[in-house]
Amino acid sequence: MSELAGTIPGKGGFSFDLCKRNDMLASKGLKPPSFLKTGTTIVGLIFQDGVILGADTRATEGPIVADKNCEKIHYMAPNIYCCGAGTAADTEAVTDMVSSQLKLHRYHTGRESRVVTALTLLKSHLFSYQGHVSAALVLGGVDVTGPHLHTIYPHGSTDTLPFATMGSGSLAAMAIFESKYCEGLTRDEGVKLVAEAICSGIFNDLGSGSNVDICVITKGKQEYLRNYLLPNPRTYVSEKGYTFSKKTEVLFTKITPLRELVEVIEVGDAMEE
Amino acid sequence: MSIFEYNGSALVAMVGKNCFAIASDRRLGVQLQTVATDFQRIFKIHGKLFIGLSGLASDAQTLYQRLVFRHKLYELREERDMKPETFASLVSAILYEKRFGPYFIQPVIAGLGDEDKPFICTMDSIGAKELAKDFVVAGTASESLYGACESMFKPDMEAEELFETISQALLSSVDRDCLSGWGGHVYLVTPTEVTERILKGRMD
Repeated sequence: MSELAGTIPGKGGFSFDLCKRNDMLASKGLKPPSFLKTGTTIVGLIFQDGVILGADTRATEGPIVADKNCEKIHYMAPNIYCCGAGTAADTEAVTDMVSSQLKLHRYHTGRESRVVTALTLLKSHLFSYQGHVSAALVLGGVDVTGPHLHTIYPHGSTDTLPFATMGSGSLAAMAIFESKYCEGLTRDEGVKLVAEAICSGIFNDLGSGSNVDICVITKGKQEYLRNYLLPNPRTYVSEKGYTFSKKTEVLFTKITPLRELVEVIEVGDAMEE
Repeated sequence: MSIFEYNGSALVAMVGKNCFAIASDRRLGVQLQTVATDFQRIFKIHGKLFIGLSGLASDAQTLYQRLVFRHKLYELREERDMKPETFASLVSAILYEKRFGPYFIQPVIAGLGDEDKPFICTMDSIGAKELAKDFVVAGTASESLYGACESMFKPDMEAEELFETISQALLSSVDRDCLSGWGGHVYLVTPTEVTERILKGRMD
């Protein structure tokens, strides 16, 4: 029964029971697997009415592109979104967890969530795992106190900035921001600048690629522009496609029907009141 | 040598028009020696939901038993089968729980969801979900599978054409990988039936 207790959903949190076995395998020369990373260019900037967040859409597994169109802008609250770089599982898990905590907090207080609440929840979780939860985040949103933009590093330190970039493409994107950013941008100017910064990351950084996602957050409204720009379309597809003249040799076939027909036989005089 | 190359595996799932196909190779090895040529990598969770597990074979079997257990509990409580999206979240949570001492597994989940809409996804060994609208691959032959699927895939294929495409993609990719092969095992699922076929491939 004690082994069963381990498999029934418990209180949550991490379980370390396979660590000893994994260390034993590593010592015998079997290298641990590489995780899905989001090489990434993620950016955020504050414009006159709110915050604009942008991200590329490539997910890599070592040198291979595992996902050509993944979503890196995660929902935290109706007025707060978060872009994530680093290990994909960590960014997804940590943003999902804090998003649930924020929702419970909204039910408890009856008020709209504040960006600093999300910030504190994220940084205290990341700090308590001392950087082993590898998530680098750009958090942005608009609440009652105004628009806010923060960056959060995997070890738990944070910065509050008017414009920010993170990820392997951050230098390429920061070059664009540093030359073209000014305070009080309009929505269209802001979106154009963010798109340019992400494109700079896509074309110059090997860990970023594919399309541009943008999220515009203003007071009381958010617009998630998924695949705002598609600068890398697949143009080499042959229209005919592949046709296989010689069929694959099959050794054995088994067909299982899925819908079972239940026959209902009406029997008269059954159970009359 | 990486832990994923200990047993060797190849898995691919593809989406067609109101149907999906999931295929695997059949070899079980211990590094370079072949131990079995009829190893089951794709498991049925319920009539319209399949999961393929590549990577370390012992973790694949353990994880499969745990998932079947959780699905049976769900079925008893909810009195219905789990949707594929929900199941994918369950697998992701179970894998992320072991973030710092992971299972050496890369799952491929394929199922028919609401209104028989096909759903496929794969994850890395700590549960980072990757949803795709066309195909997903996993295993030691994954690099060749990416290339083969990228060129052979067409959207909205009918069941028979989908079967042919996925079989050709699998067999041509495992031919370029020493650690997988010895035939293929393909499940083709449409809203009315499940067709399981075993393919003849090179036995080297």
